[in-house]
Amino acid sequence: MSLGNPVVEAAYLVAAVCFILSLMWMSHPSTSRRGVMAGELGMLLAIVGTLLLKDVVDYPMIAGALLLGSAIGVPMAYLMPMTAIPQRTAISHSLGALAIALIGVVEMVKLADAGAGLSFESAALAFEMILGFLTCTASVLAFAKLQELVTTRPMIFKGQQFVNLAVFVATVGCGIALALHPQSGPLLIAFIALASLFGVMLVAPIGGADMPTVIALLNSYAGLAASTMGFALGNKLLIITGALDGASGFILAVIMCKAMNRSFANVMFGGFGQVVASAASGEQKSHRSASHEDAAMMLENANSVVIIPGYGMAVAQAQHKVAELYQQLTSKGVDVKFAIHPVAGRMPGHMNVLLAEANIPYEKLVEMDEINGDMPQTDVALIIGANDVVNPGARDDPKSAIAGMPIIEADRAKAVMVIKRSMNPGFAGIDNELYYLEKTHMLFGDAKDFVAGMVKELSGGSRLH
Amino acid sequence: MHTEFDPDLLAVFILAAFLGFQLIKRVSTLLHSPLMSLTNAIAAVAVVGAIIILGEEPGSPLSKTLGFIAVTAATVNLVSGFLITDRMLKMFKKGGSK
Repeated sequence: MSLGNPVVEAAYLVAAVCFILSLMWMSHPSTSRRGVMAGELGMLLAIVGTLLLKDVVDYPMIAGALLLGSAIGVPMAYLMPMTAIPQRTAISHSLGALAIALIGVVEMVKLADAGAGLSFESAALAFEMILGFLTCTASVLAFAKLQELVTTRPMIFKGQQFVNLAVFVATVGCGIALALHPQSGPLLIAFIALASLFGVMLVAPIGGADMPTVIALLNSYAGLAASTMGFALGNKLLIITGALDGASGFILAVIMCKAMNRSFANVMFGGFGQVVASAASGEQKSHRSASHEDAAMMLENANSVVIIPGYGMAVAQAQHKVAELYQQLTSKGVDVKFAIHPVAGRMPGHMNVLLAEANIPYEKLVEMDEINGDMPQTDVALIIGANDVVNPGARDDPKSAIAGMPIIEADRAKAVMVIKRSMNPGFAGIDNELYYLEKTHMLFGDAKDFVAGMVKELSGGSRLH
Repeated sequence: MHTEFDPDLLAVFILAAFLGFQLIKRVSTLLHSPLMSLTNAIAAVAVVGAIIILGEEPGSPLSKTLGFIAVTAATVNLVSGFLITDRMLKMFKKGGSK
């Protein structure tokens, strides 16, 4: 489409290089902001280049759409609270996929009007539209789950796999028919409806705790859709960018799966996190609880503390109070680190962003593999809103539902404290042996309030030990 | 006027995907959230396809309507994507710098 204009070709080429540099600079916090600038420059070049194409003449409409998009995008970027980052990501996947899908529709209708038959382009467009529409609706449902507009539990019904398969076959069937004979009538509409329905079916059975994988996977699909569009339109810039985006989402999804010791198939179809007829085995195990005062004193007297945050910290919006606790303890000479499990939270890197927002220096945020070696020398492991990622059953009990999942070995610390609302099991519905250990203190209450209580205790002047 | 299959394009795709794997593997796990919003913003380069559809004359009501929606949606993504990525990255500070 851009062929024949060397200036535009050059602009696209430089834009592609900018995007590659942008990802390269994302490798480390010290260069990452430069990465964003490279990305912005690339985007500017791509858009200006496109506007120079001689077929592109309707500037008022384009300007209108660009302005409208910016008017929505700018406030979205600045007003979005950091706790809502997973939701925003889901929404942007759906908008991106929608744009790609709609372009596919327009191109397909053009082919139909021209009376075209089967061509490489029609096949690529059909593929693009499947990916586009399914990613769009799947992301909308993922958003609804993250925002808790719908239940975060898996939505499961009898014969679901069969229905999914039927919808999938029907979608692909319509796609093939359209590729063979492009048309703009009822078949196209049926195709769009089916692909959209399939997206919903895909995410419906997936529970909230698996959202990090799903979001990464949808990221990958959105990239692939962009690449397919590049193939359909013969545009290398789109192919390259889509491939980069697709690879990124795919790698993140693989990392998430590994961090749960689960396969893609298990995440997509496993229905993990159903309300299991609780294995309340009748036997009452005893646990110890502690008050703000006791907990604060234990922390104050420790030499080293590892804080393990989970989704519960995000829900309670406790990150700023946790940062105050960090400041208090650090000023008293306690060595405080944070242990970050790859799937803690609702998207890859969720905890890191929240803690960075609360001014925790990033070198204090330590990955699971690195921190586990330090756990036996740690005086106190403080768990805030995490559960399954510290469950020793994953390591020790081969029959556990999360057996084999790598965990942060909080149980190896000299003492453990767990801030939790109640003794209810976590998302996976699995009991956690950690809570019944001799050295564990349960701190019952809302994460934010409890941490605030401890901070107050610690700042309450010079108490004698 | 049809785009034919061009083996060069496939080569470009494969090379770019390979490069993507190598680049993303090196990204610190610290930055996985901003990485996702950055790739999202970059993927909004699909806006160029939408601009071409919207900018062509004469366009049909369908191409104008869908093109307008597509340009708007992609623009929301690229504007908010870049801005929010930068907003996140600004928060990642080293200990000494405060």
